[in-house]
Amino acid sequence: MMIPTQVFLQPSIDWFVISPFTILLGAGVVSLLIETFAKRSMRRPLQLLLVFTSLVASLAMTAMLFGTQTLTAGEAVAIDGPGIALQAIIALVAIIGAAGLAENKVDPSGDAFAARASAIPGSSDERAFTQAGWYSTEIWTLFLFAVGGMQLFVVANDLLTMFIALEVMSLPLYLMAGMARRRRLLSQEAALKYFVLGAYSSAFFLFGAALVYGATGGINFDDIAFAIPTRPQMSTLLVTGVVLILVGMLFKVGSAPFHQWTPDVYQGAPTTLTAFMAAGVKVAAFGAMMRLVYSAFGSLIWDWRPILWAVTLITMFVGVFVALVQSDIKRMLAYSSIAHAGFIMVGLISGTNAGIISILFYLTAYAFTTLGIFLLVSLIRDASGEASGIESWRGLASKSPITALSITFLMLALAGFPLTSGFIAKFSIFASAIQAEQTPLVLLAILASAIAVVFYLRIVVLMYFRRSESDEVAVAIPSNFTIIALVVSILMTLILGVYPQPLFDLLAQSPLFIR
Amino acid sequence: MFNLIALESIHSVVSSEVATGVFAKMWLLIALPLMGAIVLLLGGNRTNSFGPLLAVGLPIASFSFAVYLWIELLALSTQSRSQNLVLFEWINIGSFQVPFGLQLDPLSISFVLLITGVGSLIHIYSLGYMDHDLGKRRFFGYLNLFVAAMLLLVLADNYLLLYVGWEGVGLASYLLIGYYQHKPSAAAAAKKAFVVNRVGDVGLSLAIMLMFLAFHTVTFAGISDKAEQGSATALFLIGLFLLIGAAGKSAQVPLQSWLLDAMEGPTPVSALIHAATMVTAGVYLIVRSNSIYDLSIAAQNAVIVVGVVTLLAGAVIGIAKDDIKKALAASTMSQIGYMVLAAGLGPIGYVYAIMHLLTHGFFKAGMFLGAGSVMHAMNDEVDMRKYGALRKVMLLTFSTFFVGYLAILGIPPFAGFYSKDLIIEAAFDRSLIAGFATLLGAGVTAFYMSRLVLMTFFSNKRWEDDAHPHESPLTMTVPMVILAIGSVGSGFLLTFNDSLKKWLAPVTGYQTPEPPIAVPILIAMTLITVAAGVAIAVMLYWRQVASTAPNDVSIFTKAARKDLYGDAINEAVFMRGGQKVVSATKVFDNSVVEGFVQFISRLTLGISNLVRSSQTGYTRNYALAMLLGVALMLLLAAIVRL
Repeated sequence: MMIPTQVFLQPSIDWFVISPFTILLGAGVVSLLIETFAKRSMRRPLQLLLVFTSLVASLAMTAMLFGTQTLTAGEAVAIDGPGIALQAIIALVAIIGAAGLAENKVDPSGDAFAARASAIPGSSDERAFTQAGWYSTEIWTLFLFAVGGMQLFVVANDLLTMFIALEVMSLPLYLMAGMARRRRLLSQEAALKYFVLGAYSSAFFLFGAALVYGATGGINFDDIAFAIPTRPQMSTLLVTGVVLILVGMLFKVGSAPFHQWTPDVYQGAPTTLTAFMAAGVKVAAFGAMMRLVYSAFGSLIWDWRPILWAVTLITMFVGVFVALVQSDIKRMLAYSSIAHAGFIMVGLISGTNAGIISILFYLTAYAFTTLGIFLLVSLIRDASGEASGIESWRGLASKSPITALSITFLMLALAGFPLTSGFIAKFSIFASAIQAEQTPLVLLAILASAIAVVFYLRIVVLMYFRRSESDEVAVAIPSNFTIIALVVSILMTLILGVYPQPLFDLLAQSPLFIR
Repeated sequence: MFNLIALESIHSVVSSEVATGVFAKMWLLIALPLMGAIVLLLGGNRTNSFGPLLAVGLPIASFSFAVYLWIELLALSTQSRSQNLVLFEWINIGSFQVPFGLQLDPLSISFVLLITGVGSLIHIYSLGYMDHDLGKRRFFGYLNLFVAAMLLLVLADNYLLLYVGWEGVGLASYLLIGYYQHKPSAAAAAKKAFVVNRVGDVGLSLAIMLMFLAFHTVTFAGISDKAEQGSATALFLIGLFLLIGAAGKSAQVPLQSWLLDAMEGPTPVSALIHAATMVTAGVYLIVRSNSIYDLSIAAQNAVIVVGVVTLLAGAVIGIAKDDIKKALAASTMSQIGYMVLAAGLGPIGYVYAIMHLLTHGFFKAGMFLGAGSVMHAMNDEVDMRKYGALRKVMLLTFSTFFVGYLAILGIPPFAGFYSKDLIIEAAFDRSLIAGFATLLGAGVTAFYMSRLVLMTFFSNKRWEDDAHPHESPLTMTVPMVILAIGSVGSGFLLTFNDSLKKWLAPVTGYQTPEPPIAVPILIAMTLITVAAGVAIAVMLYWRQVASTAPNDVSIFTKAARKDLYGDAINEAVFMRGGQKVVSATKVFDNSVVEGFVQFISRLTLGISNLVRSSQTGYTRNYALAMLLGVALMLLLAAIVRL
């Protein structure tokens, strides 16, 4: 009796087109070897060299791939215009984010991460490690895996690849969020919350993927899209699956009511990590979500649009209303990021090419502005570490005019004032939504942005028009890492606000997702 | 070449050629002083050592280049003397297109030469005058900024770019009036100049908007082409708003009140900005807009009325001032009144307005520098009642000042004789009232200027005890001498062989005035009036002058001392009226608007606190919220599918 066998066909892999993230994941492995074999004193320089070299290489590869449209690895990965653009944005954000993470001058005892994450907070071990001047250089391994995961996330073309990329991106971030040098208990609490809720949302994603597989018989986006019209009897199962998958994505972008981890994590994590997280995760998660709803579930737009419509509305208004009453700058910025997630979803709802381009632009603009503002937050300190209470920013303009001016500029950008990238970004998103006949939503979004102006300008007023009550709060002088990162962020915010056309032209050259 | 032009009646023709060769470099005229301003003002204390010298050198360089351009321009044929240089496209929005263009023609080069020439002299003078001042770098930076802005104003080929220069000189003037910022009076004067000028600037901007509305262009050439298509109302309104702009900048009634206070600035500033150049910008504006005024008699009449009222008001105020600079400022106001009047006469007056402007630039700047020299010698004392008999100790200052004095009186052959007499002739051509007003003005001018000279240089010594007058250094006297030479010769040179007429006529147009009274009789009448004014002054002030101002004076003197109640009127009508409007608005604002805003703010905060209360910090609650969210989304999906 012959046992029927099936030959396993190894999928052909085009290593060149997937090189942006394979470089980074490979570098992550090398980074692990450095941790194992290099002398402690050599680890930090070697890791920094590795991180920046691999990120620049990854960025260069995205430039080389510009214009490519291909499926590879057995159709598990789709390299196309938006995918490459998102990978490039992630690489850029990671370079600036890495510069922020590399900062070790602001805190007198080292960088923003615990000298030894395993030491119990407040123990004598901790003091000993800190005095020995140790660094947790393992963060660079985690960082490289996270960035690699992000880059895979935005080109994943089936539900399982997407899930794996999601976890590769998230797990290192959960860990890093718990490794702050100062206020470690807060940091660890935040990390645990992030991890538990992240796992919870992943479960929704997986369950949704299973339902979609059940309804369509495929996990590949092309198979799903192909099967949807042919199986109308399965539509309840399908839509339930779609909703659950969306929950997993909405958790990552920080949409209400799945947003509640955001302020706790943004506040608890080391601020330089928050900078990278707030910018990078948002880019990656929105990139993947766009691909998902346009590529796999494009024909279900009449089902997901009203759902996302409601979520968008809740997200925008929860973001702006709660930001109004925050007393901690990092929490305020967390709620601001929730509101921005809402604004980006306005573009998602338009469901057009113009919507895709405007979201890509918005993500770019928002990423740089956010990086800049969090890095500035990390500079304002008192004796116990960062002074993130909003009241402690009183009279900052007289202590450091240039810092106050930079913060003001970035706040104006977040609020969407003209001559900043924030204005152009909002304008293009709203314009694309109006073209898609979503005018009521745009009007509500404009109302939300108007409310948002209050809490951004409140900071400006505090810095310039209130007298400082103590001399304890001061602006730390950072190393060149942070200075370069800040200059790039601010310049990008300005350039994209004054002369945005080249980026739009670039993005418009290949705005289509393939599957 | 010159003979080809028939001088009886010439219509202005503006057909500009694209600038090539050396003319394509005309932007250098502006760039040089602008560079000085940038280096001095942004360079900070590093430039203290060489800054002032650099600032003096740049206007001189600009002047030399202007002379060169002028000679080149003279070599061209009359038709091609309007050189147009578009540096770049400035504004391009739909049908609203404005080039960043410069235009060098006989009218603008005349101004360029005056601004850079007199400007250079005053920069040199300031080296001596401001020698002891610690902040002189800032002073010279502002002066350079002024020169650059003024050059932009006269070189612009469209009204919008002119407006940029217009605001630029306004800014420089504001900064320089308030230069002695530790003095509250200087700060107040600067603010006053700023506010009053805003009124004029609004007029100018309204005029520009109307032009665009009526003609869809704001370039001089475009307006000149299309002016004839404009309706009478449009032309009148544009003319009127331009006049308001001109009145603000040139201190004409009713926007005259800032000029006397502006004397708080350093004296070289008074000479350059508030006598020779900036305050004449209004005259330039009117002459430049000849294509508008030529077509609207009503607008012309408005200009004439303003000119007549101002020339008399300024002269009357001049009588009562004991402050030497304020007396000179009143005189400036009055003399600009003459120019504005002439500009309002149309083609018969444009050339004379410019001619008087140029001669006035020499003699008034010279007299201001003389006044500065006297103040320098008398410990910055400005009260003429503390002067007296200074001619013996300051012979050079006295001589140059006296030349300026003869020039402003219009004694032949000094400069003012030529220019002022021609304005009087032209005024008689238009109307007898205007004519007699100019004649009367000439008499009053003779009186107050004689009073000024007598009180300062003649009569009895009334010096303060610690005053030790002495002659000023060479850096100050040399510019005074040069300006005095100009006060003697410029009138003759400008009229000899009708040189200025032939030069300007292609731009402004020209028509020979035909006064109803024969010209020689007019000249005689003028001279007699002037002589009478001088005679009365000599009788009153030759020997003895009281060292304090008398209090038992007539109601007219009191009025004149109060600047004819200009400030009082402004205060009663605009300030108090404005305050009433403001307080009424405030009531509305507090009750209705504020009430609404408070309501919105309370509502918002209420919602905020409600939502915030869900942020408990407990992971289990967050997970529950997520679960509810999922349920909500599924419910929504079900509803949508129904």
